[in-house]
Order: sequence, then C-alpha cells, then structure tokens
Amino acid sequence: MTGAQIIFLMVAAFTLLSAVMVVTTRNLVHAALWLVSTLFGVAVVYALLNANFIAVVQVVVYIGAIAILFIFAVMLTRKDMRDSGPQINKNWWAGALVAMLTFAGLAFLLSGWSGFSKTAAELPAGFDSISLLGESLVSPEAYVLPFEVASVLLLAALVGAVYVAFNPSKK
Amino acid sequence: MVPLSWYLLLAAALFGIGLFGVLVRRNAIAVLLGIELMLNAVNINLVSFWRYSDVLTSMSGQVFSIIVFAVAAAEVSVGLALVISVYRRRNTVIADELDMLKW
Amino acid sequence: MSFWNDPLRVAADWLQGIFVGWGMNETGAHVLVVFLGVLLLITLLMVLDIFLVWIERKVVARFQDRLGPNRLGPFGLIQPFADIIKLIIKEDTTPGDADKVVYNLAPILSMMSVLILWAVVPLAPVMLGTDLNVGVLFLIAAGAIGTLSIIMAGWASNNKFAMIGGFRQVAVMVSFEVPMLTMLLIPTIFAQSMNMNAIIDAQNVWYVWISPLGALIFLIAAIAELGRAPFDLAEGESELVSGFNIEYSGMKFGMFYAGELLHAFTFGGFWAILFFGGYRFFGLEQVSPFLAILILIIKAMLGYWVIMWVKYTMMRIRIDQMLSFNWKFLTPLSFALLLVTALMNALLASAPTWLYILGMFLANVVTGWIALEIARSATRQERERIEGPNKKVAEASH
Repeated sequence: MTGAQIIFLMVAAFTLLSAVMVVTTRNLVHAALWLVSTLFGVAVVYALLNANFIAVVQVVVYIGAIAILFIFAVMLTRKDMRDSGPQINKNWWAGALVAMLTFAGLAFLLSGWSGFSKTAAELPAGFDSISLLGESLVSPEAYVLPFEVASVLLLAALVGAVYVAFNPSKK
Repeated sequence: MVPLSWYLLLAAALFGIGLFGVLVRRNAIAVLLGIELMLNAVNINLVSFWRYSDVLTSMSGQVFSIIVFAVAAAEVSVGLALVISVYRRRNTVIADELDMLKW
Repeated sequence: MSFWNDPLRVAADWLQGIFVGWGMNETGAHVLVVFLGVLLLITLLMVLDIFLVWIERKVVARFQDRLGPNRLGPFGLIQPFADIIKLIIKEDTTPGDADKVVYNLAPILSMMSVLILWAVVPLAPVMLGTDLNVGVLFLIAAGAIGTLSIIMAGWASNNKFAMIGGFRQVAVMVSFEVPMLTMLLIPTIFAQSMNMNAIIDAQNVWYVWISPLGALIFLIAAIAELGRAPFDLAEGESELVSGFNIEYSGMKFGMFYAGELLHAFTFGGFWAILFFGGYRFFGLEQVSPFLAILILIIKAMLGYWVIMWVKYTMMRIRIDQMLSFNWKFLTPLSFALLLVTALMNALLASAPTWLYILGMFLANVVTGWIALEIARSATRQERERIEGPNKKVAEASH
C-alpha cells in the first residue's frame, strides 16, 4: 500500500461517510453542513488528480456559493427551527435497493472495460494545466462555444431565479 | 499508484448515495442535496478520465467539468428559487404534500 | 546553502536527519518535519495576533485623540495578555436550545479560514508554504470557508438578532467577492500567472502604479469581506447588538475577534503582495530571507494601518446601501476596469516601459473619472426627483 493509496482511501472514506450522513440525517441544516464536508472531500480528490484549478473552483463555487444557498433556503422555508415529521419515505427500502443495484451495475459495466485498471501517466515536468485549460476554453478550435453557451445559461438562470423568488409584497 | 478503477468506483458509490437521497427523502430541498451529490460524482468521473488519459494536453475532461459546475450552479439557484416560491404559497416543502394543482 | 540564505531548507534537513537517525522511515520523517513547520508558522501568527490587539487599541486611541492602554507594562504592551486572561477565565455560556456541535465549530472554522491563507503567502523568495499555481484563487476559497463559519454562528445561536446579523454579513461577503475576484484577475493579467511568487517576481514596477483603481477596488472589497467598518453593519453594537457573535462569550468570542484582526492583517499583506511588490524592495530581499520577511511585514503593517484608518474615520453604511453600492457601482466598474486593463495591456504590450506605465495609469484614471461622473449624474437625478429641481440654478437663470 503506497502512501498515495492510503491517502486516497482515507479521503474516499471521508467523502462517502459524509455523503451517507447527507442523505440520512434528520436535521436539514446538518444535512447541508454534511454536504459541505462531502464537497470538501471531493475537492481533495480533485487535488489528488492534479487538477488543482478544478479543486479550488470546487471550493469557491460549491462550498462558497451553492452550499450557502442551500443553508439560506433551508432557513427560509421553515416555520420553526425544528424538523418535524418523518424525513424519509415509507418505501425507503426500495430506494436503497435501486441505489445498490445502480452501483453494482455501474461497477460491473466498468469492470468489463479494458482501461479499468489503468495507472496514471506521469505528468511532464513543468506541466501547466491552467494555461492549457484557459486556452482550450477560449480557443475557436476547442471549447469557446460551449463556454459562451454556459455563460448565457448562467445569465438565464440568474434572471429566472431572481424573478421566481421575488416577493412583490415586500417592496 | 492508484488505479483508475478506484476513482470510478468512488464516483459510482457517490452517485448511488445521491440517487438514494433523491428517491427517499420527503423534503424538496433534501432531494436537491441528493442531486448535488450525483453531479459531483459525474465531475469526479470526468476529471479522473482526463487524468488517466493518454493525451494529457487535451483538456476536454476539465472543460466538461467546468461546464458541469456552471450547470449545477444554475440548476440549484433556479430549483431553490422555485422551492422558496412554493413555500410562500403552500407553506410546505414536503414533496408529498404538494399534490394539488392550482385551484 | 547556508543558514542565512535558506533557513527553512537547512532546518528541515537537519531535523529530518535527526528523525531518520532515531529510526523513522524517510516519508514519515518528512511528514513530521512538515507538520512541525506548520505548527511553527501558526504559533508565530498567533503571537503576531496578540501584538495586533495592542496595535489596534493604540491606533484607535490616537485616532480618537486619547492615549490608549498605558498602565500595564511599558506603553501598555502587557494589555493584550490581560485581555487574553480575562477571556479565558470568563464563563463559557451556550444558549439553551443552540445546536451545540455547530455552535462550537463556528469559531474554529472562522480562525481556520484565516490561518490557511498563510499557506500561500510568500514570506521570502525561498520561504513559501505551498507554491500553488492557483494561489490567487485560493484567497477566495478561504474566504468561502469564513463565510460558512459566520452563517453557522448566526444559525446555531438560536437568536433572531444573531440570525439576521449572520444573514446580512454573509450577503455582504458573498456580494463583495465578485469585485474582489475581478480585481484579483488584474495582477494575473500582468504577471501571466496566478502564482503568488510569480506575481511578486513580475513586479518590476509595482502594480499600484499601473492599476491604481484596481488596488482601490480591491481594498474596498477586502474591507467588506473582512466585515470591518464602514461595512460592519452586521456586528455593529448600536445596530444589531453585535450580530452573529451575540451569544459567544469568553474565548470563543476571542477566536472571532482575534480572527478578524488577523484577517485584516492578512488582507493588508495580500494588498502588499498583489499591488505593492510583496517582499521586494529594490533588491534588498536577495540579501537574506529574514530581511524579505521584515519587508513583507512592514508593508503588511502599512496596509493594515490603511484598513484601520478607514475603519476609524468613516461612518457605517446601511445594508441596502452596501448592497446597492456593490451591485450597481462596484461590480460594473470592476468589469469595465478589467476590460480596459486587458485591452490596454494588449495594445501597449510592445511599448517602452515608461509609455506602458503612463498609458495604464491614465486608462485607470479615465475609467475612474467616467464612473464617478455617471454616479454623480445618477445621484443628481435621484436628488432632483426627491427634492425638486435645484432652486439656486432656477433662480439664477431668471
């Protein structure tokens, strides 16, 4: 067991444990906070994969914006500070069965693929993924069009969210 | 070294847990939490496919994961705006209780 | 590689040699040495934090034309230690229905978000926590964790005022991240890299001369991120009974308070690194790393002094004024400035240095002047809508 493998196993265990707590805990604000720790674990996984720009953007966008949005929404949609009533459906066993079948199916399908147990290639020295990423995001031969479409999508979502959540009685 | 299979299994497990959350939770916001877990699982897959590819200078994996970030952020903001708006009208966010159309 | 030229490397090798001599394997010894280095940095930062409490109280006193603490020790230097002892022996209350885990975690996360910022601060050309190539973005990421800790504090206190204060503070912090991030892109454009060391290396001319408006907007956004006056509505005592940290007493409040001071000093340091050349001072930093650290700390102290100056001179701004200032003035201005900077950088790329500096400086001045004119005409229209047209002008035109 090399050091990299031990670190990966610890991070993966932390992430999966936090994810299980997200979907099972009764208190919804606690679920949002467990989501924060899951997202942080995923950011560490990105850093292990040498995608450090993606790791930092994960923290900034997911933890810094989306998780805070969740906490705000949880606090704005409750009559009191407690969660009442059952938080899980009656047929939770069916949901668990479907989830486990999905995991087993994905694992089985992927294990039949030839590249399943590939090991990572060494990064060339001085490999600067950020400038390559920046070039591919604005280069016409690469991904400038999806990039611009994504920004239009974000604009539409911004305008739509403000309009839907706007409360005219509070002016 | 860590083989690719470990990352793919981690992503599949995270996806399964998110799927469980979507199917089983009653609160609409908790369902959105499950969706976020599934999107993160997809992102792990994309980035690990980039890292383990033979051509490391082709940044498609990272570009796709950035697009997924943007899509997830857009979807969460619109979804939560809808949930807040529904709460203002019906005073509940339990998905089971939102079963009547406007009357 | 003597001690004076590269102290950290020499000390780390010596310690690692000792640990391997005791029988530890190579990797374990390396991890232990790194851990001890982190511990040393955090200890020094906390000692600096104590010193910052004294500086803050003396400076606020001088601004208010009084002496400040001068009873305990020479010039009141023992005062912060008395403060710490007082905070430690205070009763540590927890509100009745508060969420205990979240309540106790909030001050820890708040302090943690400040301390991890120092991992990317280049103290000297060879003394750097981590040579991240996304160092600039790391600044925003650490701010995101600080934002999370405030909303945790506001919610877990089970107190209406705490929650309102927490919401307002988080709204301000999230809003002002946009102009701050945009202004962080300006040194990135100039240095062609997000690495902190690379930005300092590329500052043959301090970036404040070629982008003064960028430095100013970054300062304003940083003061809003810190939650200090004039943007401290969320924790002003006369407004909201100190906002999200109402229910915190004793050392937990001390964590918030000391964390805020250290955060202000850290942002003074980042202002110095990004716009004032960091540890560079006409080649003095090549002499010894200790001199470089001293230069950086002096510059950070000057930046911290500017932040304190703003705090103790200006009055508090209301929350809706803060947010409309950000979204209607600062964000469009920062986007416009980014466009102008990128354009001028491309146009003047092949110009001689003096023309480059002059061109960028003038572009910044023109952009700022146009923005102020637009703001002035907008406020004049607003005032005339409320008060009626300007009477003196109307009479003079008769």
